[in-house]
Amino acid sequence: MDGPGRSARYRSTTSTKTRSRSRASALLGVALVTAPLLAACGSGDTGGNTLNLYAAPEENFEKVIESCNASANGKYNIVYNKLPRGADGQREQMVRRLAAGDDEMDILYLDSPWLAEFAEAGWIREWTGNYKEEAERGVLAGPLESTRYKNRTYAATKNTNVQLLWYRDDVVPKPPETWAEMIAQAKALKAAGKPYTAVMTGAQYEGLVVQYNTMVASAGGKIISEDGLTAVVDDGAVRALSTLKDFATSGIASASLTNSQEDEVRKEFQGGNSAFQLNWPYVYASMQKEKPDLAKNFKWARYPGIDKGKPSKVTIGGANYGVSTYSTKADLAFEAVLCLRKPENQLYSAINSGVAPTIESVYDRPEMTEKYPMKETIREELRDAANRPLTAAWQNVSTVLSTVLSPPASIDPQKTAARLRTELQAAIDSKGVMP
Amino acid sequence: MSTHAAVKAKPVLSEGKKAERRLGLLLCAPAAFIMIAVTAWPIIYSFWLSLQRYDLKFPDKQEFIGLENYTAVLSSPYWWDAFGITALLTVITVVIELVLGMALALVMHRTLVGRGLVRTSALIPYGIVTVVAAFSWKYAYTPETGYLAELFGGAPLTDKASALAIIASAEIWKTTPFMALLLMAGLALVPDDMLKAAAMDGASGWQRFTKIMVPMMKPAILVALLFRTLDAFRIFDNIFVLTAGSQGTGSVSMLTYNNLIKGLNLGIGSTMSVLIFVAVAIIAFVFIKVFGTAAPGSDNGGKR
Repeated sequence: MDGPGRSARYRSTTSTKTRSRSRASALLGVALVTAPLLAACGSGDTGGNTLNLYAAPEENFEKVIESCNASANGKYNIVYNKLPRGADGQREQMVRRLAAGDDEMDILYLDSPWLAEFAEAGWIREWTGNYKEEAERGVLAGPLESTRYKNRTYAATKNTNVQLLWYRDDVVPKPPETWAEMIAQAKALKAAGKPYTAVMTGAQYEGLVVQYNTMVASAGGKIISEDGLTAVVDDGAVRALSTLKDFATSGIASASLTNSQEDEVRKEFQGGNSAFQLNWPYVYASMQKEKPDLAKNFKWARYPGIDKGKPSKVTIGGANYGVSTYSTKADLAFEAVLCLRKPENQLYSAINSGVAPTIESVYDRPEMTEKYPMKETIREELRDAANRPLTAAWQNVSTVLSTVLSPPASIDPQKTAARLRTELQAAIDSKGVMP
Repeated sequence: MSTHAAVKAKPVLSEGKKAERRLGLLLCAPAAFIMIAVTAWPIIYSFWLSLQRYDLKFPDKQEFIGLENYTAVLSSPYWWDAFGITALLTVITVVIELVLGMALALVMHRTLVGRGLVRTSALIPYGIVTVVAAFSWKYAYTPETGYLAELFGGAPLTDKASALAIIASAEIWKTTPFMALLLMAGLALVPDDMLKAAAMDGASGWQRFTKIMVPMMKPAILVALLFRTLDAFRIFDNIFVLTAGSQGTGSVSMLTYNNLIKGLNLGIGSTMSVLIFVAVAIIAFVFIKVFGTAAPGSDNGGKR
């Protein structure tokens, strides 16, 4: 009984082994056969002219790349490698590979606040000479500043973004110019029993930091010194803290302030109980589509400032293109970037993917008017915009800011400012623990 | 040590034996080498990193700074907050899991009909990938997409206490079957005769459980508790998906991830990893010390 049973078992194991071995060798064979094919596929017909572009997923972006590849006439062939959807995931993937000196990445999509970090670490190449001249021609001041670090240019602008004040003109006759005016108007509306809440991104994340940064810049203040090395948190920053606190405690902010990111803000406003919304321009299109009756009264104005008579300075978003230090085809990469971001392509992306152009002349094109009725306000804000502090440790700084500012209602301006000074300094020096 | 002594006591070995031993060592060498390469080296390397200022963002500023990172971490309120949350979650989940796991083990052990079905269905949660389960919990507790959010009202994940309760419940739901499985193995050690004899002597069900089953099962309980405590202390995926550490619900592993991967700070991040390693080692040590007499073999000797 035992003998045959064991031998049967033994036989069955050997046969599994041989099978798995043969399967392994088959796999190996497939790998060997396909590897050159894949490599050939990757490098296109032109041999070593493949440029690997790592960029966030964007609608219709393939078209832009195709048109550039076509006009390059075989000089280069851009391959679109999609990064994850979330900004953290995008940054993580690139940073990890760059820290290891990966030479498979040529063109990098950089969210505007990452520039200093990538430049300081030496991961992206400086733009000089003709390339630089070409990349900077006719670019609006705000976005242009976001490509520079320590007086050098490290990227070319891809698209930009800037928040506006959205309001309902059926309840708000004249848009407020300052936060104080907005709070007063909302209180009056509340007393009159009309839709009154003001909605903005107040959750503990970068969105809150963007709002705060705008307030600080509008008050003429600074969070971090110009060279990005010292935590300042000056008077303007303290006044911005009081404004944020006033807003959160005035009873006119939405109840879900501390839980709202961009899309919750948009949805809440579309719900119909809000009078004011501070958000990116994409809310316009969704309002037209989802709430056509409310859309008739959906108007926009410049983001509110802190002091009367001093227009706001709004934090810009958007993205830039950088060329990796480890790329072996840097010259081709610079050329390819210039094609990807040329005016026609920016116009195409603005109309088809809804991302705002960085080249001023594109705003004058007639096609822009229909999709971007608010383009004049955007352009006005972009001429005099604020950037997030240019520090290599932005990720840490942003995390500290959003942690310390949350929830906005419990801010104590002087105390919070003091706490920010110590914690931000530690974050900049990469000494402290990041929350 | 003992083999060494044995070699000394018997210095004369035949040539064949010697060759055999040499061959044995040679055959072991690759395995030993790989163990050192994949476990010892990373531990040593992260300890080495923890003694340096090493931030990938500032490659030029790398330097040896001794124990400064440890001072920074151990004096940081963020670390101690995370540590408190981790300890709280560990204690709560392990205690509840032990109770539920024991109940489940008894049920699975005693079931007469559909034993296979009962065991399989009880083990399903353990078979589901944690991240997938965590996402389902997350959607269930998100207003507008989830039935549980509607049931409890509001957005429970945005409040610290309720978010912690959700994290703990997700952990418990997920790992109770594992606990039950380990305890069931322990139950198999309890001889039926002894239980029957006790019943004859008039012991109640509860007495049989506390006086016979639990002492007999002690080694299994120790193993189950130790495994689960060490696991629970390193909780990461549930928190990562459910709250991403907001509302002050981050564990030490979350904090380490944030500093290491997001912040690119290899120095501080490695310091935290080393501290977690030390904490885990201390937990294991305490368990062995406290329950040490319950370890297999020493139980009978302890009775005298």
